[in-house]
Amino acid sequence: MAVLPNTTENLSLDTFVRGLWEENPVFVMLLGMCPVLAVTNTTMNAIAMGLATTFVLVSSTVLISLLRNWIPKQVRIASYIVIIATFVTVVDYGIQAISLELYAALGAFIQLIVANCVILGRAEAYASKQRLHTTFINSLGMGAGFTLALLSLGTVREILGSGSLLGIPLFGEGFQPWVVMILPPGGFFVLGAWLLIFNWMRLRKERRLIEQSGAAANAG
Amino acid sequence: MLRTLAGIATLSGLLVVLVYQYTKPMIAENERRLTEQAVFEVLPGATSKTDFTVTEQGLVPATPGDSGIRLYAGQLPSGELRGVAFPASARGYQDVILFLFGYDPACECIVGSKVLRSTETPGLGDKIDRDPDFLENFVALDARLNTDGTALANAIQLVRQGTKVSPWEIDGISGSTISASAMARAVNDAAQRLVPLIQRDLAVLSAQVPVTE
Repeated sequence: MAVLPNTTENLSLDTFVRGLWEENPVFVMLLGMCPVLAVTNTTMNAIAMGLATTFVLVSSTVLISLLRNWIPKQVRIASYIVIIATFVTVVDYGIQAISLELYAALGAFIQLIVANCVILGRAEAYASKQRLHTTFINSLGMGAGFTLALLSLGTVREILGSGSLLGIPLFGEGFQPWVVMILPPGGFFVLGAWLLIFNWMRLRKERRLIEQSGAAANAG
Repeated sequence: MLRTLAGIATLSGLLVVLVYQYTKPMIAENERRLTEQAVFEVLPGATSKTDFTVTEQGLVPATPGDSGIRLYAGQLPSGELRGVAFPASARGYQDVILFLFGYDPACECIVGSKVLRSTETPGLGDKIDRDPDFLENFVALDARLNTDGTALANAIQLVRQGTKVSPWEIDGISGSTISASAMARAVNDAAQRLVPLIQRDLAVLSAQVPVTE
């Protein structure tokens, strides 16, 4: 029975932080765009979706990492999907038990976490080869990065589109909300703006590195 | 290979069943709270409710699992009938909108409205559940029956904003004409059908003493 070969990463701060910044699933890898665009019209929806995805991500990758030496590589994708689908069902019932209003607001996107490529991507690229504790930390980082990205879209869209934050009005009576921001086009606008900022910062950092190394070479 | 797959499937099934069993009463409780909230919102002053089902014989107290339109009788703290909440639906701009309306048999009018499910455009169509001037229409909307008691004396209809003259007319909202007219159609269709039944079986509705929980 052939299993995927193990590669072990040593646990470090980078294991966690990578998901937040360097390999942010949304802003850098552009994965899981469907919930990012669809359910970030309010901050609350963004938080709920982020937490639900993080829960599924962490629990399924942990289980996959535990079972990595028993899952034959020919049927690994099927096994991963069954495991992910199980945890999505758990989250689905969990959210219904917490609040039906929230469940209605998130709509079909809870069930669609099954098809979120961030999770299958983590399972295939990381959990299937790594030890339990690094997998746990890495998934937590990726989940936090995903939640952070949803939150940065959700807050901007809610503030501009409804003039409120977490349902609390921020501006006076005279504020005319930009309705387009809570409609689908607003999702694209805000995502585009964040990608612009992210890439600009990354390019600036790279340029500075080149300049520094150039200066060092000249000095030497 | 087969053993692994069977193992994973068994584990998955077990987990799903456990979570389903555990959350089932919580979800049912949430649903009950949500309908109760809606009923009390469309029948201002009501503090308890009893459920009825529309059957061929008329209104009967609802039993769990029966089919047919559900009506909710709301009672005042004194136990008197405050009114009846009835569901209604109509096609809106994007999808079917579900409403709950409150009917007061004493004044023979609609006393409250609530949108239960809608996908109307935020900022435009969804004003039908939030615009205070528009909701004013449903505080005392005339729904008197004709002399035979078979239908409404005057059909409820939507008129252009600012042109309401009769108590059975609904003043529209500019910018959400389609959603507002869907709401008018929904309340008219449902009231034409249900208000005659409610008035006829008023004795059944009033006799029901609310179960105190």
